[in-house]
Amino acid sequence: MSTTTPARNRRRRRSPMARAEARAGIGLLTPTLVIVTAVVVLPILWTIVLSFQEMRLINLVTTGLFGSFTLENFHVALLSPGFVQALINTLAYSVFGTGFAVAIGLIAALALRKPFRGRTLVRASMLLPYVAPIVAVTFVWTTMLNPQFGIVNHWGQRFLGWEEPIPFLTQRSTDISLFGWDISVPVALLTVIAFEAWRSFPFAFLFLTARLQAVPETLEEAARVDGATPTQRFRHILLPQLLPTIAMLSVLRFIWTFNAFDDIYLLTGGGAGTEVVAVRVFDFLTARGDIGAASAQAMVLAVILAVLVGVYLRRFGRREEAS
Amino acid sequence: MTAERDVPRATEPARRRRWTRDSVETRVFSVLRPVVIVALVIATLFPFYYMILLSVRSLDELLQAPGALWMSLGELQLDSYVSVLTSEEEGGQGFLTFMRNSALVTLGTVVVTLLVSIPGAYAVSRLDFFGRRQVSALFLGVYFFPSILLAVPLFVFFTRIGLRGSLWGLLIVYVAQVIAVSIYMLRNYFETLPVSLEEAAAIDGCSRLGIMRRINLPLALPAIMANGLFVFMIAWNEFLFALLFLLDQRDSWTVSLGLSQLAGSLEIPTTVLMAGSVILTLPIIVVFFAAERFLTQGLTAGAVKG
Repeated sequence: MSTTTPARNRRRRRSPMARAEARAGIGLLTPTLVIVTAVVVLPILWTIVLSFQEMRLINLVTTGLFGSFTLENFHVALLSPGFVQALINTLAYSVFGTGFAVAIGLIAALALRKPFRGRTLVRASMLLPYVAPIVAVTFVWTTMLNPQFGIVNHWGQRFLGWEEPIPFLTQRSTDISLFGWDISVPVALLTVIAFEAWRSFPFAFLFLTARLQAVPETLEEAARVDGATPTQRFRHILLPQLLPTIAMLSVLRFIWTFNAFDDIYLLTGGGAGTEVVAVRVFDFLTARGDIGAASAQAMVLAVILAVLVGVYLRRFGRREEAS
Repeated sequence: MTAERDVPRATEPARRRRWTRDSVETRVFSVLRPVVIVALVIATLFPFYYMILLSVRSLDELLQAPGALWMSLGELQLDSYVSVLTSEEEGGQGFLTFMRNSALVTLGTVVVTLLVSIPGAYAVSRLDFFGRRQVSALFLGVYFFPSILLAVPLFVFFTRIGLRGSLWGLLIVYVAQVIAVSIYMLRNYFETLPVSLEEAAAIDGCSRLGIMRRINLPLALPAIMANGLFVFMIAWNEFLFALLFLLDQRDSWTVSLGLSQLAGSLEIPTTVLMAGSVILTLPIIVVFFAAERFLTQGLTAGAVKG
C-alpha cells in the first residue's frame, strides 16, 4: 500500500512541461469557448427559461430574467390550432424530402461512376443547387412556377395539355381522379418537397460518389465472372457497402430538413398547407411577438428531433459502427 | 462463298446470348445511363440558365413570350443590371449598398473565424489538456443544433442590448455558427501533419507560437484556404439571422435579405430582381469553381449544414 502511493502521486502530479501544455491548450481555445458559450450555449439555456415564462416583445425590457414561471406556453403551443398540422407537415416534408434527395443522389452517383469526357465538369455542376444562395434559387423557382409568366406553366399548357395554369406554390390541394378514385393531392407541399429534393440531392451525391470511389473493384469483377447481372451486382455487392453511408446521410439530411426554415419561408411563406414548425416559431416570434410561445414550440421541435434521432441511434447505431 | 456460310454460324450463338438477363440489363442500362445524366444536368443547370436569361431580357418580352428558351444577341440588354445596382435615391434598388454590407459581414466572418479557429484547432489536435474530449463533443453538439432554436433567444438578446440592425451583431452570430465546423476541418488536417517537424523545431529552440507560425501555418495553408472559402460561402448565403437582425434597417441589408424583401413587391419587375439573383449567385459560383476540389473535400469532411 505504502509503496504504491508515491508512484500514483508521481503519476498524478504532472511535469511542468505537461502543465504548460495544458495551459497553452486552454489559452488557445479560450476565444472559441467564449464565443460558443456566449452565442450558443447560454442562449439555448435561456430558451429553456423563456419557454416557461410569459414574455412578449412589448414587455421585453420590464420582464426580469427569472420572472414567474408557467406552463401556459406549452399549453398554448401544443393545443393551438395548427400546431399538430405543422408537426405533421414537418414530418412529411423531412421524410419525403430526405428520401427523394438520397434516392436521386444515389442514382446520380451511380450514373456518373464510369468515366467519360467532361465528367469532372458534370460532377462539379451537380453541386450547384446545394452551394448556390438559397434566396436566389427560391426566387428562380417561384418565377419558374409562376402561374402568369412562369415557364413551367407555359410549357405545361402548350405541350402537356394542362387546361389552366397550376398555382404550384399557392394551392393547398387539388382533386385528381385516378381510376375512378378521387385523390386529394397537396400541391404546395409536394412542390416544396420537390424543391428540397432538388436542393439537397447534391449532398447525397457527393458523399456517395466519395464512397463509391473507395469500393474495391475486385469484388465486382469476381461477381461479374460468376455471372452476376448489373442489378444483382448492385443489390449484393454495391448496396451493402453503401448502406452505412446512406444511413448516415439520411440522418444528417433528416435533422437539417426537420429544422429547415429558409426554404419554405421563401417559397410559400408557410401558406397553402406548408407551414412547418420552424416557420411557425418565426411567425410567433416576429409577427405576434409572443416570445414565450415561440420558445415553447422551438423546444418541442428540438425534443421531438432528439427523441427521433435517439431512437434511431439506439436501434441502428451499433450495427452501423460494426459495419 | 465461305464467308457467306460462316456468317449465320457466327451470329447464331450470339443471338441466343443476347437475350440472357445479363445482356438485357447491360443494354437497358447503357441506354438509361446517358438519359439519366442528361436529365440530371438539365434539372440542375436549367434554373441557373433561366436566371441569366431573364436577367438580360426585358419584362415586355418575358410577358409576350414566357416560354422562349433563347434570344438573339440583338435583344440582349443590361438595363436590369443598371436598375438593380443604382442607388435607391436615383430610382434603382441599391444593390451596391447590399453588396458592400454582404462583403463586409462575409469577409469579417472569414477573418475572425480563421483567427479564432486556427489556434483552437491546433490546441485540440496537438495539446493535451483537461476537457479536450468534452470540448470536441460540445462542438459537435453546437453544429447539430437547429438554428431556429437559437433564433429566439438571440433575437431577444440583441433587441435588448440594441445590437439589432448592426452588422457587428450578425458577424458574431455567423462566427459562432461556423466556428465548430471550421475547427473540426482544420483539426483533421493538422492531424495529418507529422509531429516530428514540430519536435525538431522545439529542440532548435522555437517557442510554441513560433512553431505554430513557422511550421503549422505554412503547412496547413491549403486547408486554411479551403476553410476560408467554405466559411465565405456559408456567410454569404445565410438568410435567417440576417432577416431577424437587419430587417428594420434597409441601409444594412445583405444581398440575400434585400432580394428576399424586394421579391414580394409588385412594383419591381421580375427581370430586375433576376439581375439581383445573378449578382447574389455569381460570387459563390466563382469561388466554387475556383476551389472546387478543395471545397468538395471540405464538404465531405465537414458535412456543411444546409
